Parts: sequence; structure tokens; C-alpha cells
Amino acid sequence: MDIFLQQIVNGLVQGSIYALVALGYTMVYGIMGLINFAHGEVVMIGTLVTITVAGSLIKAGMPVALAALAGLSVSLLLCMALGWGLERIAYRPLRNAPRLTPLITAIGMSIVLQNLAMMIWGRNYLTFPALLPKVNFELAGAHFTFIQVVIVLLSGATMAGLLGLIYRTKLGMAMRATAQNPAVASLMGVNINRVIAAAFVIGSALGALAGVMVGTYYEIAHYQMGFMLGLKAFTAAVLGGIGNLAGAMLGGVLLGIIEALGAGYIGDLTGGFLGSHYQDIFAFIVLIVVLMFKPSGLFGEKTGDRA
Amino acid sequence: MQAKLSVVALSVVAAFALSACGQKEEPKPAAAPAAASAGKLEVVVKLGHVAPMTGPQAHLGKDNENGARLAIEELNAQGVEIGGAKVKFELLAEDDAADPKQGTVVAQKLVDAKVNGVIGHLNSGTTIPASKLYADAGIPQISGSATNPKYTQQGFKTAFRVMANDVQQGKVLGEFAAQQGIKTVAVVDDRTAYGQGLADEFRKAAEASGIKVVANEYTTDKATDFKAILTKIKSTKAELVFYGGMDAQGGPMAKQMKELGIKAKFLGGDGVCTPEFMKLGGEAAEGHYCSLPGMPLEKLAKGPEFRDKFTKKFNAEIQLYAPYVYDAVMVMADSMKRADSVDPAKFLPVIGQAKYDGVTALIEFDPQGDLKGGAISIYQYKGGKLAYVETLGGTTADSVKADVKEAVAEVKEAAKAVAGAATAAGTEAVKAGAEAVKSGAEAVKEAADAAKAAVEKK
Repeated sequence: MDIFLQQIVNGLVQGSIYALVALGYTMVYGIMGLINFAHGEVVMIGTLVTITVAGSLIKAGMPVALAALAGLSVSLLLCMALGWGLERIAYRPLRNAPRLTPLITAIGMSIVLQNLAMMIWGRNYLTFPALLPKVNFELAGAHFTFIQVVIVLLSGATMAGLLGLIYRTKLGMAMRATAQNPAVASLMGVNINRVIAAAFVIGSALGALAGVMVGTYYEIAHYQMGFMLGLKAFTAAVLGGIGNLAGAMLGGVLLGIIEALGAGYIGDLTGGFLGSHYQDIFAFIVLIVVLMFKPSGLFGEKTGDRA
Repeated sequence: MQAKLSVVALSVVAAFALSACGQKEEPKPAAAPAAASAGKLEVVVKLGHVAPMTGPQAHLGKDNENGARLAIEELNAQGVEIGGAKVKFELLAEDDAADPKQGTVVAQKLVDAKVNGVIGHLNSGTTIPASKLYADAGIPQISGSATNPKYTQQGFKTAFRVMANDVQQGKVLGEFAAQQGIKTVAVVDDRTAYGQGLADEFRKAAEASGIKVVANEYTTDKATDFKAILTKIKSTKAELVFYGGMDAQGGPMAKQMKELGIKAKFLGGDGVCTPEFMKLGGEAAEGHYCSLPGMPLEKLAKGPEFRDKFTKKFNAEIQLYAPYVYDAVMVMADSMKRADSVDPAKFLPVIGQAKYDGVTALIEFDPQGDLKGGAISIYQYKGGKLAYVETLGGTTADSVKADVKEAVAEVKEAAKAVAGAATAAGTEAVKAGAEAVKSGAEAVKEAADAAKAAVEKK
């Protein structure tokens, strides 16, 4: 039982990170029907910028908490600028192009950002400075760390904040309106360009936050780390119903837990026929089954709530 | 008119150049000796080098390439002459991203570029499929790091390696675990040819030494999260976690073991025996063990000198295989010198007879192309450094024994010759016999010296 609990903890932490990244995909998709494949790279840039800023500040003798805050804010601002820039340079000129064109551009931007990061930060793995104190807890036989608690709570709070933004503010209303029908929204006086740019900026900020979390959790970073993370988060968004905020959150957490349980129990369940290297199969089988019965994902039908 | 003239001139030049090429059959540098008589001609020898320059193992790939670059620059500075022509070595560095598919693509590229030889690849998973392309094209290949036994077992005459293979390494690691009093072990591998091969060999050796394998878990060479499999391993209460894979995964794995409260020791092969592992594992790396083929650089005659040269030139620490790759290039060049030709068809047969005193070892190959008598050293991560523990399973003693045997046989033959000479009573024959005895005695002395050196090394 303690093993089961431990696997749930493992999955919950991983899932919270997936959920934060998935929000970035789903927000952009909800508003303009574009899958921003460069989003994983925004997360990666967020992590690497924090390493550079916080790492050098700590080296310069600044208290860790201050350096962490500085690193986080710089990476948030930079990633927001990056998200805005991506939209402005790569996607806005293609707003009225066929759907495939911005998709290919997104993949292209992803490769460009990866290689740019490789040129700036090099090919080696980078160690993430320890920004949070290392405290271990034990509860009912499951081990978890202070960092894990922070990740789950912080991502929960961020998601609640995002929901508040979408449903309680004027910008949120404009976003929902644009998601429903851009043409009508613009007739009603909504500045579509601003709304879309805002979606990119907010999504990138969430991505940067997720990037800092990944960094603190695993304490390593690499210029290619965004690719797999982005793919998993995209899967989570599809699982929850792409374009739906609550769906992305649930999809992310679900994917994390399924993965952890899959890796932990697949060997026992199949009598050793399938090992833990098939853990991704578990996640994708669930995805396929969900899509077979609900092609729009778990929450996908309520298109009115898209944002 | 002027333009027309120059076109004619150009075509004449081109035709001339073409016919010149035709005489050489191929633009192979094999025709160098003929050209050399005409004057000082420079022959360019293209050596291909393949390693992952992108992806999670890019740091090791760069390390390998630096090793090759250092060797090539030294060779060019020396001004090697082969077949009467001055030779200029050129490195064609390719990136296979540690991906077997990409590995064969760049291998074909090197084959098409008609390289004289190939150094690499880094990973067993890319080296094995690529080796067939090189074998078909008759291009000699020396890898400084592919340790999966399959690489040299395919029967290709072109495949060599200058590092002990995983059969030797897995065996030593299994025996070492038993020696440490380990009773139960969990084996994790990254499903690459290298990781899986090493884990399999370790498993065999561990079971043979009476250790029980309580869990077999798997990950990938791109993963960062191991908590799920480690949690499962924790439930088996294994005393040791063996990892067949690379440092980029091993370091975080050691860290996550600590976070999950796993008290088991961590043991791995050459892939995790790097400074990078300790950087990534941090404090969690402390006290764990890993192994490296060969002897530690510090204990080798040319080791410290190589380290100085390397760090001075590239302003970087040696990660892992750079000295082996350096030796691989040197063995290739040495074989060309001995064959007095840079034509692969001519120098390939003599690679197998190499007896090159390299940085990492005295390099000699067995008939398969494997390094003769590869020793394996065990290291412990201590205070952020790799501390040498011991060298195990080294067959250096065996190779010395073989030398002595050969020398004795030579003496015997010489004695026979003397006897023959005595019956023939020819003075010349006696002289020859005496000389033979002398050379035999020298060989014995040499072997004895080698034995002494080997003992000292131990």
C-alpha cells in the first residue's frame, strides 16, 4: 500500500507539471485552433534562463530565496516576451493561411529555439541550483519532499488563478468571445490581436513557471528537455479535450498518475511479459480508449467554455 | 572571343585533370608513391569520426571528437610521410545523435565521401548497424567506445575496438558486487544496445556469483524521471541498483534514489563513470561505484601528459572516451605507416597486427578485432571525484604470458636452427643460428620486462 501511495505521489507531482504545460497548448488552441509546438521550447528556455540568472546571483553571494525570486521573475518576463514574439513573428502573418502552414511553422520555431538554446547554453546537461530547502517527509510509508509539495500547491493555485482570470475578468471574457467566434467578437469591439497575444503571453508565463518547477524538481536541464515534456503535455491536453482549461488540468494530472502506476505495475500485471519500458503504452492506451468513446477528449464537448 | 578561349582552356585543364584521375583509377591516395617521385606531393587522408553531437549524449560526443582532433593535429604537426608522400590528415566529423537510424545515414555519407578510415561511433547501438556499411565498402573502423560484444562478433574484417567489451566488463562488475557482499540486486537498463548488453552480462555474472536479481526495470536514454521504477525497486528491498546506461540518466537516478529513501548502493559501467555523473548526481553520487575499461589515466605512463595536453587545448575536462578515441586514430595512422599506404585495401590487413603503445594501453587485437587483455578498473565517487579502487579481471598478465610463450617458441626454433647448422657445419648457417638465438633471447628479455611492468602497474 505504501508503494501504491508513493506511486500516486510520484504521478501527482509529474502530472501537475504536465498540467501547467498543457494549459499553454490548450489556451492557444482554444482561441485560434493552432497547436503551438514551440511551447515545449518556451518551457525549456524558462528553465535555462533561471539557471543562468539564479545560478550567477547565488554565486555572487545573494541569499538563495532572493536569487530564486529574481531568477523566476526574469524567466517569466523573458518567456512572456518570447511568447509574444513567437506570435508576432511566426503566427500572426499566417493567421489567414491554411491550417497546415502555421503548424509547420510551429515545428520550425521549435527547432530554431532548440538550436538557439544549444548555441547559448551548450550541449551539456546543466545542473539547476538548489532554490528550495531539501526537506524530506514521510507519510504512511511514502517519501516526499518539500519541493514536491510546493509544486503541487503552486500549480493548483496557478490553475485556480487562471480560471479566475478567464471567467471573472474582462480580458477573460474577450478571450472566451474570441474562442467562440473571432469575427463576431471583433465586431463587438474586441481587439482580436491583443487577445491572441495575451493568450500566448499567459501560456508562456505558465510554461516558464512549469520550467522552473521541472528544474527544481529534477535539478537538471538540457536544451532538448522541452521536446518530450511538450509532447506529453500535448497528449494531456488532448486527453482532457483540447481547448478546454479544466480538461487540460485534469488530463495532465491523470497522465502523470497513469504513467507512474503503469511503470510500477505493468510488469506484475502482465506477468513480466511487458516491462517498465512500456510505461508510455499505458498512457497512450488510455488516450486511445478515451478518444474512441469521446473523440473530443474528456471535457471536449463544452466548446462554449473554450478559452 | 576571350571568354571562349578561357572556356577552352578550362576544358583542357579539366580533361587533363580527369585523365590524371583516370590513371589513378580513383582519386585514391594509393597512387601517392608514383606522384611522390615527381616532387613533394601532399596526400590528404580523410578520417571519418562519428559521435552524437546533439541530444543527451552530446557532451560525450564532443569529448570523443576532441580526442580525435588532438590526435590528428599531432599527426599533422609531426609531418607523417607514407609511401614517400607527405600526409595531411583531415577529420570528417559527423553527428549520429546516438540514433541507430541516423548512424547508418551518416555512415553512408562517409562511405560516399570515400574516407580512408572511420573512428567511432560512440554508441554500440549506432556502431553495430553502421559497421556493415563500412565492411561492405572495405573501410576500416576503429571504435574507442562501442563496448557491446556483438560489434566484433559479426565477422567483419573491418571492425576493431580499442576498449574492453561488455562481456569482460559485466563479468567484473558482477564479481565486484559479490565481493562487496551484495545478496540481492535490481537491474535497470536504458534499452540501448550498450545498456541492455551490459545489463545482460552483469546479470549473468551476478547470478553466477550467487546474487539474486530481484527486479528488472527499464528506462530510456532520454528519460529524466525514474521515480516510478525506483519506487518499485524500493519495494523489493534490493541491496544494489545496477544501471546499464549513460551518465545523463544515471546521475538523476542516483539523486532520486536518495529522495525516495532508498539505501541501496548504485553500480554502473563506463557510461556513468564520468565527471558529468557526479555533477548531475550531486551529493547523491557519493559512495557509489562504477567501472571503466583499462587503467586509470594517472596510472598510465602517458596518462597525465595526455590529460595536460587535452585540458590545455580544449579548456575542458576529459569526460570519458577521449583518450581511447585518440588511441584509435593513432592506431589507424600507425597501421598506414606500417603498410606504407593509405589505401584501405592495403593497410586494413595490418591493423590486426597492431602493437601500438597508446595512452590507454598497449593496443593489440585478437582475431575478432577486440582489444587483447582488456583490464577493468573499479572506481568510487568520493568527494566529487572518481577515486580509483582496484583493477580487476585484467588479462594483462595473460598477454604477458602469451608474449613469454612466443619468445620461448622463438628460442626453441633458434636452437633447432643451431642444431641444423651444426649438422650442416656451414659457418654461415652457424652465424644465422647464433643470431636467431640472440634475437630469441632478446624477445625473452622483452617479455620479462613487460611482465615486470605489468606487475608494477598492478
